[in-house]
Order: sequence, then C-alpha cells, then structure tokens
Amino acid sequence: MKTAEKTTYQLPIGPIHPALKEPVMFEFEVDGERIVNVNVRLGHVHRGVEWTGTQRNPIQILYLAERICGICSYCHPMAFSLAVERVAGIEVPERADYLRVIHGELERICSHILWAGVAAHEIGFDSVLFLTWQMREKALDLTEYLTGNRITKGITMIGGVRRDITPDMHPKIQETLQYYKEIFKKLQHVFLDDKTFQLRCKDCGVLSKEDAVKLCAVGPTARASGVKKDVRLDQGYFAYSDLDFDYITPDIYTGEVHGDVYDRIVVRLLEIQQSIGLIEQCLNQMPAGPIVSEPKPLKLLAKLKNVSGEGIGRMEAPRGEVFHYVKLSAQDAPYAWKVRAPTYNNILPWIPMLTNQQIADIPIVAASTDPCMSCTNRVTIVKNQDTSFLDKEELHRMSIQKTRRLQP
Amino acid sequence: MTKKERLTPEELIQSIKDMFTTNIQDARIEKRTMGKKKTEFYHLWIRLDKTIFKEAVRHLQSLDPALHFAVASGYDLDDTIELVYSFSLYHGVRHQEISVNLTVALPKSDPTIETITDLIPGSLISEQEKQEMLGITVKNIPKNSRVFIADDFPKGVYAWRRDETGPKKLIRNLHKVKS
Repeated sequence: MKTAEKTTYQLPIGPIHPALKEPVMFEFEVDGERIVNVNVRLGHVHRGVEWTGTQRNPIQILYLAERICGICSYCHPMAFSLAVERVAGIEVPERADYLRVIHGELERICSHILWAGVAAHEIGFDSVLFLTWQMREKALDLTEYLTGNRITKGITMIGGVRRDITPDMHPKIQETLQYYKEIFKKLQHVFLDDKTFQLRCKDCGVLSKEDAVKLCAVGPTARASGVKKDVRLDQGYFAYSDLDFDYITPDIYTGEVHGDVYDRIVVRLLEIQQSIGLIEQCLNQMPAGPIVSEPKPLKLLAKLKNVSGEGIGRMEAPRGEVFHYVKLSAQDAPYAWKVRAPTYNNILPWIPMLTNQQIADIPIVAASTDPCMSCTNRVTIVKNQDTSFLDKEELHRMSIQKTRRLQP
Repeated sequence: MTKKERLTPEELIQSIKDMFTTNIQDARIEKRTMGKKKTEFYHLWIRLDKTIFKEAVRHLQSLDPALHFAVASGYDLDDTIELVYSFSLYHGVRHQEISVNLTVALPKSDPTIETITDLIPGSLISEQEKQEMLGITVKNIPKNSRVFIADDFPKGVYAWRRDETGPKKLIRNLHKVKS
C-alpha cells in the first residue's frame, strides 16, 4: 500500500498550543470508508514558549503562559504559579484559594459550553452551535465583570489573585448562575435526548477504560471511559478540599459506561452543573482576608530571585490535567519550565477511538476529546493505490450527509 | 484499591529505598496543605541511578496498576542531562493521590535511557519529545521519529540544550531584523 507523503513545516520548538482549530495532522490509512490506521503529527504551531520562559522573570511568565491557550488562559498561569509557590514556600491566603476556584470553574463553564457548540457543528447542527455560543456569552460577560477581561483574564498572581470579589458583586454572579441553572435542562434535552445526537454519538469513537489508563488519558476523556481521575478530588489544590463534590462519570446519568462520544457529552454537561454548585459553595464559604500573599510585585520578584529548587503545579483544566514543572536556580528567570497541556495526553487515545470508524465520524470523534479542531484539516485517503487528500470542509460535508441519512 | 493496600508517602519512599538501596541518591517528601481545612497532600522527589530507573517504574506500577504518567521534564546541566519523570499513584479516591517525581541524570558522554513505553504506552510522545529537545537516546522506543519538530529542522540542534548544540545560532531578535 502506498503511503502519503508527509508535509514538512518550519516552526521550530515549543509546547502544544491547545487552542481551538489547532493544526494537528492526522495520517489515516483508510480502506474505503473504514479507518484502518492513524498517525498523528504534532508541532505545527510550536512557538518556543518553554524556551522563551527561560528568558523571562516569573511574573512576566504569567502573561506568557496565559497565551499558551485562549480557552485555558487561566489554568496555565495558575499551574505555573502553583509550581513556583511550592518551590518558594509561598503560602496563599485562604480567601485567594476560594477566589481561585471561582475563576477556575467559570473557565470550565465557558469551555464546556464552547465545546458543546463545536460538537453540534461537527455533526451538522449549526443552530445548536449558535444557541450554545449565545449561552456562553453570559459566562464571558461575568468573566469580564470579575477580571476586567473576557479571554486572557490577567487575574493570576503568584501567591494569590489580582482582584477581589466583593459582596456587591455577588448579585451579578448569582444572576448568571441562575441563568445557567435554567438553561441546563434545555442543554440536556438538546444534547442527550435527541435521537439524532444519540445515533451519531452512541457507540462511536469508543475508548475503553483499559486504553484510557494505558494511554494516560486525562480529564472528561478519561472520566467518560469510567476512570475516576480528577486532580480537584485526587489531590486537591486551592480550596477544592473544603468543597462538597464528587467524580463525574457517565454512569451517574446513564447507569453504565460505554466510553463513547455520547458519554463524553454526558460528562461535560454534568460538569457544567457541578461548576455552578462549586461557585455557589465558594460564595457562601469564602473567608475574609487578603487576596495575595505579597501585594508588591517587585518585592515578590526580589524574593524569587534568591530561590532554588523544583516544583510541580497540577490543575484540572476543562480538558483535563494541566501540568507545569518549574526549576528555579536563584536567577531572574527559571532554569527550566515544562508545560504539559491536557491535549498532549489525549492525543494517543485518538488512535483506538478512530480505528475502525467511518471517515464521516472523524470530526465528531476528534472533537469529542475537546482538542483543537483543525487537526482534521488533512486526511489522506488511500484507495486502489491512489492517494488523495480530503480537507476540513469536505469532511464536514460528509459528516452532515451522514446525519441527514439517519432516520430517527 | 483498599486503604490497607495503599502505601503512605513514607512507606512508599521506604519501599523504594529497600528495593534499590545504594542506587537511590536522594529522596524527599514535600508535604503541603490546602484550603481552610488544611488538607494535606504530598509530592515525592526521588533521585536515582539510571541503571534502576525502569525497575523503579515497574515497582511503582506494582504498587498501583493504574499508575499515571504525566510527563517527563528535562534540562541541561553542563556535564549531564537530567530528566524528571512525573507520575501519580492512587487516583480515584479523594485526597489519596501521591505525586512521584523520579529524577535521572544522564551523562553527556552516554545520554541514553531505556524506554518505559512497554510499561506505560502513553509515555511515547514524552519520550519522543525528550529525544528531539535534549538530544538523548531512548533505547527501544517503538517510534523513533520527531514529534513536535519538523523533519527539515537542522539535525544536531536541540532546543533545550545550553551547550554548543543548543538553539542559540537559530535565534533571531526581531528588533534586529531589517525589513
């Protein structure tokens, strides 16, 4: 069988950019409609962020880390902060721990609703895309109200956060949470009760529990396969250990675990509901006190300049665990910084998910791990010794045709 | 996994020390607390000889068959390249997870290490990345191709190296580039 010629790229170094429409390349070996083999190529948007970080001081890195991903723009600087705080022995004030949870859960609501829209789009329901993204606006408005920004939030500081949430801000937060509680039933009905959604998503892109563990899957991708893995609960950070919540796996809703696309939808939708509850708990339980351990950035930098050691920061981002390793060596800039986004771990699980699926299922299966979607922009079709390429638009068209062929 | 079957951080360190004796160069427990309730959590840092690295991973997997591998970090120290493999044990039960970081020093004269993909297949991308970023060789790696760096990127240049094989010669300061 003839193999496809691989494309070469000139972007040199750096971590994965886990933003939407990220260009990751798949090489599929396809027999007719059936995928028999998959190869994934990464690195097309490497910007040398880790190397750049070793030329910056830790506060400058917060703003660099925010730009690793537009959707997880809170998780990355926070995971970096956690690592630095552990190296330097910085104690975060209790109030800041609660504020950190609120921002983290708000980011999860934004991300999961955005993802729901993308998933609907991939199977041809653009009206649902517009509906969900309209719903997401409320969460973005609240993000802007709390942080001053809608996307790159600029809220993180080593040792705490940069802005408080005062009692006069609670009504606006509660109003937004109430809005999400009211629309949740609608979302649930659209995504989980609709016959066409079920036909396209059930038993599609299955990842077994065994494969999820073996391939180190993280986040909703792992939990949808029945793996109880959630850093917020497993080890905890911020104020999560004070809050009442539990692992979300699909059997809570369906009574069983299939590890398919449908289960991944179930997990993310239930997590939106869980995030609302966590924010409410934080508002009710948040203690008074300072919001940052050292309010003067220059004093903080002077301290960090004398610190040596290594630490890790782990955070449950919407897509799974974000992991940062930092090594400080009593200099302005860190000696080493490793960023591991959840997509990094959820790439290998694509292989069992996609194998034996139809070409028309590629968009929804790939989207079901919530990666960056332009990974499907080049698909190699090998048929009768001829090689041809399908672009994203053609794949999307095939996916819609498959939905239309269904007769629920 | 029952509470009885899960080792405490102290027992975990001791079990590794007992098993590998002199090949453990350093082992420490980083204990922290979080929240109002001051719930404890643990990060273990173990520095070991590369000859026993794979056996140590096998040992961790025997303690928790669902051993999770997060990532391998790495950096260049003049004569050696150090790798930090980050694992976690006992996920799935609230507040019971323990992070374990295994640090291995590879001399630049022989920068090689055994693959752990046969134990944890999900470690493949991390191992490929360390090869291309630090110029080490992972022995018996099942897929020996570049993963993040383009095929036409110069051979023998490693982004995370700080010596003559580092990326210095490829760096262009944009403010110095004439349009």
